[in-house]
Amino acid sequence: MTIIQTKSSTTNKVLNYPLNTWYVAAWDHEVTRTLISRTVADKPLAIYRTEDGRPVALADACWHRLAPLSQGKLLAKDEIQCPYHGIVYNSAGRCVSMPAQETINPSATVPSYPVVERHRFLWVWLGDATLANPDTIPDMHQMDHPDWAGDGLTIPVTCNYQLVLDNLMDLTHEEFVHGSSIGQAELSESDFEVTHDDTTVTVSRWMHNIDAPPFWLKNMRDKFSGYSGKVDRWQIIHFEAPSTINIDVGVAKAGTGAPEGDRSQGVNGYVMNTITPETARSAHYFWAFMRNYRLESQLITSQLRAGVSGVFKEDEDMLMAQQAAIDANPDYEFYNLNIDAGGLWVRRLIERMLEAEGRMATAK
Amino acid sequence: MAATNIEVWQQATVIETAAVATNIQRIVLAPASPKRAEPGSHLDLFVTIDGERRKRSYSVVDSTEDGSRVAISVLRAPLSRGGSIFMHGLQPGDTLEVTQPLQNFPLRVGAPSYVLLAGGIGVTAIVNMARVLKNLGANYTFVYAARSRERMAYLPELLALHGDNLQVHIDDEGTALSVADLVGSIDPSAELYMCGPIRLMDAVRRAWTERELNHPNLRFETFGNSGWYDPEEFLVRIPRLGVEARVPAGRSLLEALEDAGVEMMFDCRKGECGLCEVTVLALHGAIDNRDVFYSERQQQAAAKMCCCVSRAVTSRTGLEADAAAGGPAIVTIDVS
Ligand SMILES: Cc1cc2nc3c(=O)[nH]c(=O)nc-3n(C[C@H](O)[C@H](O)[C@H](O)COP(=O)(O)OP(=O)(O)OC[C@H]3O[C@@H](n4cnc5c(N)ncnc54)[C@H](O)[C@@H]3O)c2cc1C
Ligand code: FES
Ligand code: FES
Ligand SMILES: [Fe+2]
Repeated sequence: MTIIQTKSSTTNKVLNYPLNTWYVAAWDHEVTRTLISRTVADKPLAIYRTEDGRPVALADACWHRLAPLSQGKLLAKDEIQCPYHGIVYNSAGRCVSMPAQETINPSATVPSYPVVERHRFLWVWLGDATLANPDTIPDMHQMDHPDWAGDGLTIPVTCNYQLVLDNLMDLTHEEFVHGSSIGQAELSESDFEVTHDDTTVTVSRWMHNIDAPPFWLKNMRDKFSGYSGKVDRWQIIHFEAPSTINIDVGVAKAGTGAPEGDRSQGVNGYVMNTITPETARSAHYFWAFMRNYRLESQLITSQLRAGVSGVFKEDEDMLMAQQAAIDANPDYEFYNLNIDAGGLWVRRLIERMLEAEGRMATAK
Repeated sequence: MAATNIEVWQQATVIETAAVATNIQRIVLAPASPKRAEPGSHLDLFVTIDGERRKRSYSVVDSTEDGSRVAISVLRAPLSRGGSIFMHGLQPGDTLEVTQPLQNFPLRVGAPSYVLLAGGIGVTAIVNMARVLKNLGANYTFVYAARSRERMAYLPELLALHGDNLQVHIDDEGTALSVADLVGSIDPSAELYMCGPIRLMDAVRRAWTERELNHPNLRFETFGNSGWYDPEEFLVRIPRLGVEARVPAGRSLLEALEDAGVEMMFDCRKGECGLCEVTVLALHGAIDNRDVFYSERQQQAAAKMCCCVSRAVTSRTGLEADAAAGGPAIVTIDVS
């Protein structure tokens, strides 16, 4: 396919989202025998679990008069009843009972979307169901691998999902947004390297022989009690299209070989992020912080979740302010800097997906 | 279906026409605002009959990925009011008003196995589904039944594509389909998608119910234009309104009532929704139920009928000897 690149094609301020892809709709523990309503990619979904434990995502609008099924009732097996006139559907979205007549109208169906439970999340496919291949779910294996422990939360952000991706692909903002926890001047000063292929982008940054910022000093001391020396710090940002970013982060005692591959004298975490577009101007930001040391400590899990939560609150405030300023200044364009290289590759990969679907890159 | 069936009208140009079986014409259209056609989808379009614009529906047989070329295939209906004859007259370069693809017959991906059943022209609604299932590597059987080989559209192509997955049944070659065998041998977890004459579909529904198979797994689309009997002219009376009208063979009861100035309620006009229901007060002859709205019990009770498709006929058996004395059939009704 030939792609015509224009400057504006990689600087859309409000990017559309691909549909032929998997998005996280919920944490696995949110999907229960109590219905929830959640909008993914502008499609309202009614999400629940069947009696035998299978997750289901139906369009949250009854075939009859569009009443929200999420306000309905779960019946036996896999069935759900519309709250308005009582039509019952099964998990395939097919009507199994129309209370007011003896037959079932052959077109009485609501869309039932392919779902897969993986990496502690419920993934949903809203595009062409014939293309839905679970093998293309992004790798987030640290979420439930025995070598890793941790937890996370969901942030409802009122900005276009792409702004969150931009934020995570360029961590020089940490010095300014997260000055009290993980930010430090060396982030902006050190060099970084960007690579990409058809579906992934990687941005790597190493900072050698620096002071550990407060967050990392605490983590080092959780493993190496009382540690106070210099560290080598790394951030390796792995993007997997269209909206998952896992960041390999950590510090190790300076000069103990971490850059060469021996991380035994350090602490390593993975910041797992997957961003689900909700509307053109809002997203569900699912994240978790996973670590591979002190796996037994629930205290550390809770402390890390609280700490990262505080850091991400700072991002959320900035992203909301940025989206508001974008909308208040429709005549101004973005300007791209060298530090935006990772984010721009991300945009280009997403635009390819949009082109393949025959969809426009810009959302309204 | 929820929000996916909004009619978006556009111009389409006829690109190509070709006969693909006796009385079946393939028509390839280039719509002005293309949209991908999912398996099971159809287009609504306007035909012109005696200078009047009438809406007809045609299943998408195949299309390009982006929907810029959409093929339909039209059977010249034996007792046509003129829609299919109009379609057969189309030539490359002609333009039509058509909708973007509409979907009332969605294929669900992920069933353990599938049976696709096409009767006659109903194959148009099935061809695309079969192709998708083949591409997905799904476990499927495609059953294609018709009265004679010359009337079977796309048979050579389908045989080439589906090989052993395609079972062909042809009445006049002595290989007629046995519905009892078909439904009797079906895996209980299979989904069956069918489109064909109402007789065939009624028989399958009955066998399905008898075997107590899961009803939501039986998927079908009605073309809304076939019955158990050939249409005959009959009389309709509405005593309350003092109306008596003739219903010619080429017109529906609903149309005849509308012609007579009776204000009627309706929606689908193909026997699905039940909005055109009329109450039967008296009957001379029998009712040819062509709807899928009433249960068998309700159809047998003959207290109500869907006037958009169902008709009165003189004989319940179709045999002259059983015909009600002094035909034509007369149905006395009341309307809402
Ligand atoms: C979703 C859908 C998809 C369809 N797809 C196709 C397709 O792919 N190919 C195709 O050829 N057709 C298809 N049809 C049928 C098509 O829309 C037309 O009904 C068909 O072409 C006949 O139209 P006509 O005007 O020529 O004939 P009509 O006058 O409508 O007559 C056609 C048949 O209807 C019966 N009939 C005649 N008069 C009446 C009457 N007054 N009341 C009730 N029944 C009567 C007769 O049995 C006659 O043979 C589809 C219909 C639907 C609803
Ligand atoms: S709106 Fe759901 S049954 Fe009427
Ligand atoms: S109008 Fe829908 S059944 Fe007659
Ligand atoms: Fe941040």
